[in-house]
Amino acid sequence: MTRLPTADHEAQARQRREASKQAAERRLERERGLARQAAEWLGDDLLEVIEFRGQLTVVCKPPRLHELLAWFKDELAFDMLVDATAVDYLKLEGDYPERFAVVYHLANTVREARLRVRAYVSEEDPTAPTAGDIWAAAGWAEREIYDMYGLEFEGHPNLIRILLPHEYSGHPLRKDYPLRGRGERDNFPVIRRGDAEAKA
Amino acid sequence: MSSTASHLGQQAFSERSISLEPGLDEKDMVLNFGPQHPACHGTLRLVLTMDGERARKIEPEIGFLHTGFEKLGESRTWNQFIVVTDRMNYLSAMSNNIGFACAVEELLGIEVPPRAQAIRVLMAEMSRISDHILGIGLQGMDLGAFTAMLWAFIEREKAYDVFELTSGGRLTTSYTRVGGLAFDLPEEVPHRCRKFLDRLDDLLEEIEAMLSNNRIFIERTQGVGVFTKEQAIAYGWTGPVARASGVDRDLRRDRPYLGYETYDFEVSTLTEGDVYARYKQRLAETREAGKICRQVLDRMPSGPINAIGKVTLPDRDEVYSQMESLIQHFMLEMPGHGVKIPQGEVYHATESPNGELGWYLVSDGSAVPYKVRCRPPSVYHFQSMPEMSSGLLLGDVVACMSSMNVIAGELDR
Repeated sequence: MTRLPTADHEAQARQRREASKQAAERRLERERGLARQAAEWLGDDLLEVIEFRGQLTVVCKPPRLHELLAWFKDELAFDMLVDATAVDYLKLEGDYPERFAVVYHLANTVREARLRVRAYVSEEDPTAPTAGDIWAAAGWAEREIYDMYGLEFEGHPNLIRILLPHEYSGHPLRKDYPLRGRGERDNFPVIRRGDAEAKA
Repeated sequence: MSSTASHLGQQAFSERSISLEPGLDEKDMVLNFGPQHPACHGTLRLVLTMDGERARKIEPEIGFLHTGFEKLGESRTWNQFIVVTDRMNYLSAMSNNIGFACAVEELLGIEVPPRAQAIRVLMAEMSRISDHILGIGLQGMDLGAFTAMLWAFIEREKAYDVFELTSGGRLTTSYTRVGGLAFDLPEEVPHRCRKFLDRLDDLLEEIEAMLSNNRIFIERTQGVGVFTKEQAIAYGWTGPVARASGVDRDLRRDRPYLGYETYDFEVSTLTEGDVYARYKQRLAETREAGKICRQVLDRMPSGPINAIGKVTLPDRDEVYSQMESLIQHFMLEMPGHGVKIPQGEVYHATESPNGELGWYLVSDGSAVPYKVRCRPPSVYHFQSMPEMSSGLLLGDVVACMSSMNVIAGELDR
């Protein structure tokens, strides 16, 4: 039933693959240019620009984070916030100045371009500025970070838990939070089958 | 008996007037919609402040199906997590498997062989079709057109037969592995796929004849829940709902993966951005997905399905006869071992039926992920409910909700 690929198809596929590879290289070059621009704009507040597997991460000092994100949107047309999340570096080997980091994935929807912005957040003062005033999409993503990592966002209009119950204590995606145990059982009264039937 | 009833009524009335919140008008009513309501697909909940029949304020609440997948991922090996990805978007588990495997391969810096790529494209498009036809059917069902949903369900079962033949599972497929696939494509799958695709065109025509020019359907959907292009981009909308609002963006075309650049397909957009446009957009994308499926079937290459190297399981015959393969098998399968992924972080996105499904992976160089973050499209779609449907009639709120095809599994993870 399966028809064999013809020579025509294969030649065409090869050509398109080659074109796509070149387009990807041009895209990466463009993204490098954007990261360079951001590095220049940040000046001393830039910590580093990381390139890994063709993806660029701009790491900036936390006080400039909000300004940088707004600049990315207004000047470099990164009109979409793809995702916002956080990382707990507690158990990761390497040189990380603080325990936490917030990570924003930005995208340009007109000319496909992506960048990642990272800023470190300390354990003692786990606050970061909200990006909700720049992209409406940040609202729930930041609530989830608060829920899972306990990082607070200044200026967020509705910073409450989103996935876990409101009365929950603890932030489960922190690396020191065990896979099971610690607290969650205490938050809910234990109801046995007999008790429920007796009440009814 | 009657005295008890009136007493209860009085009590309920007095309690209601006590609990009148500040800012709430005397005539407002707070309506709890979900999490267990037939029109809430999955465990979604809306708290609606109703002014008569209109929803003045909408507060979505999520988390009822929270399962801690991301925490779970930090204690499972990379291949074990593929089983968890099935449970995120259970209407298109194949897409999730493929998206996650592609992300891990990007972190590894490897590419799967052409046959594996083609099979993955075929399965991704088949799951797109099964997801979309159900989405279209449910959109009809929520507005009272039950027939379309039943027709869609019958055909979806046939798509699930194909998944069952391929992977052994209908709903939870777990078909991909890091660096390849669990099994090769069985011989009868291409034939079954073609039969399904031949029937698909008829089905879409039948559904269109049923809904597209249906006066009631049009009245209920056109101009309802309009979201402009600017709003869609600001809220991070992706996939068919964003394209229905005029966002010309498709990762299969803009950032091709798995060799999507070698297939002919069109990315269409609509500008209306209402519920009807989302229905039309899904129909158009189902047809395009069918076109891609046919192209894959026509050109299915032969060859291995697993990348050569230390990340995939060796041939079973070689495990029994060669020392090298036996060691490799042991190193991948035994507890405490697994595929070692180099240290680093990567974000990889694929175009899933609902939109951009992204994986942000952080590895510490071991066989267990340091962090697995899933960027589910549903979260960003459902987040915009208040802005999209405040001020609408309650029935239109339901229409808006079903037009986004929100899946609670990936919403709450």
